[in-house]
Amino acid sequence: MTTTDTALPSTARMGVSRGWVETLQFFRDRTALIFSFLFPALLLLLFGTIFADDYDHPGLSAARIFSASMIAYGIVATSFITMGVGIATDREDGTLKRLRGTPVTATAYFLGKLIMVAVLTAAEVVVLLAVGVILFDLSLPTDAGRWFTFGWLFVLSVVACGLLGIAASALVRSARTAGAVLNVPVVALQFISGVFIHPITQLPDWMITVASIFPVKWMAQGFKSVFLPDTAAGFEAGGAWEHGRIALVLLAWCVIGSVLCLVTFRWTNTRDA
Amino acid sequence: MREAAVEVQDVVVKYGDVVAVGGVSLTVPRGAILALLGNNGAGKTSLLQVCEGFRAPDAGSARVLGLDPVADHDDLMPRLGIMLQSGGVYPWATAGDILRLFASFAAHPLDTDMLLDRLGLRKFAKTTFRRLSGGEQQRLSLAVALVGRPELVFLDEPTAGMDVGARQTTWELVESLRADGVSVLLTTHLLDEAESLADHVVIMDNGVVAATGTPAELTAAAGIDLLQVRADPALPVADLAARLDAEVTEDNPGEYAIAGSLDTEAIAAVLGWFATAGAQVTAVNTRRRTLEDVYLALTAGATR
Repeated sequence: MTTTDTALPSTARMGVSRGWVETLQFFRDRTALIFSFLFPALLLLLFGTIFADDYDHPGLSAARIFSASMIAYGIVATSFITMGVGIATDREDGTLKRLRGTPVTATAYFLGKLIMVAVLTAAEVVVLLAVGVILFDLSLPTDAGRWFTFGWLFVLSVVACGLLGIAASALVRSARTAGAVLNVPVVALQFISGVFIHPITQLPDWMITVASIFPVKWMAQGFKSVFLPDTAAGFEAGGAWEHGRIALVLLAWCVIGSVLCLVTFRWTNTRDA
Repeated sequence: MREAAVEVQDVVVKYGDVVAVGGVSLTVPRGAILALLGNNGAGKTSLLQVCEGFRAPDAGSARVLGLDPVADHDDLMPRLGIMLQSGGVYPWATAGDILRLFASFAAHPLDTDMLLDRLGLRKFAKTTFRRLSGGEQQRLSLAVALVGRPELVFLDEPTAGMDVGARQTTWELVESLRADGVSVLLTTHLLDEAESLADHVVIMDNGVVAATGTPAELTAAAGIDLLQVRADPALPVADLAARLDAEVTEDNPGEYAIAGSLDTEAIAAVLGWFATAGAQVTAVNTRRRTLEDVYLALTAGATR
């Protein structure tokens, strides 16, 4: 036997095969699909229908703005919450323990989860965009520059939220309560980050300052920059789209999330050990 | 010479103040099957968890394939197959998806279709895990443990929840592992499983080793425990009982049962007594203790 014969599959290959099964698993579980996947679309439907008025900006309806900002919420819901709940469940039902008894590394495990979450989030964004375009007059950008912005924004958002979801799973005591616990910061951040409230300048300054620490405000601002006319930038707290700052903040959260994962990740519940 | 498959020395496992394993030593030679036998709560699974590297022992040491299961985790895992009692399988994935997933973690996996065939799971390849019966889930779990061609497998109650046919299939599969030189450490509370499969049996009770040996040694050490003699009815057997450390009864007229730990001298004494009493002995039967008798005698404390 040569050494290559006994070489284990690469972390990337293990991660991809895990991502495939994780994704299959998620889409077959109808309850998970309806509650975590279709919920943001339902919210968009409600907000868009209730707040259909135009702002003091010609042609810019509240519904159209929600269609853009709710993409940030959709990404947080699928990347952060699905990730956090998924890992808490894996830890509780023995999935992690079973994997611990195989050559799978922690990195391959996370990679599989991130792949699942990225696929899920991409599908989520497609559903939200479809609702926005069909019902709320959202127009898809035609120039490549905006799609480029969309691309890096999507990747950084999914990675940052996914990593933070992994880190947050360490704080959750049981899978049963994971959804409730993780939704608290998420819902609070949506309100102070200009996802549900527009324009964000209506909020007290200190609230905007707090929101600026976290990724959601920057994600919402970024997606508005992709799907709204540039004149709408005046509604933002900084009066501009601030792409450079968005990228920096999200990158910083990717780094913080990675460090938190390495520090907090446990293969088992402490009570098992 | 190669190191033993498993070498456990004075291992202690505690959960808070509760001592689950109180200083156990055992060795699984290469290519052998060792059955860890004991009641629920005897400490079998805790000991297995130490060998599998899921937790470090609170005292003592464990070497598995010559490695430390915790410190050398990454080097050890590709060489092990672990079958857990339950849990940890994606309920919405199919049996085929699950087995292919675990196969993808191995350098040289077995052919998954062949393995599904061997375990009678081929027709469930497209069935989601949650729709499999308990016994089918167990068989899939066994397949998952074996798909990576391990050198050593840990099977935690491998046939729990299986029907008679599936149990037989599993036993044949475990025996074929031994034929391939694979070492096996399994836990069970089924005596026939231990007796028919294992080269070595370790009986655990309340976290310690109560007895150890081959199934034959364990039963032979206990010797003959019942002598049945057919002779004339209504003999004064109370007199015989007084001479032996045994219980003597006349179950039916002329059918005597002498129960106790009977060595050669005791058996000679019994037959001598019948001769002295002038009785005509027409039949003598002996019964050797089974593993079950040994087990029950050793673990009686746990159920008292």
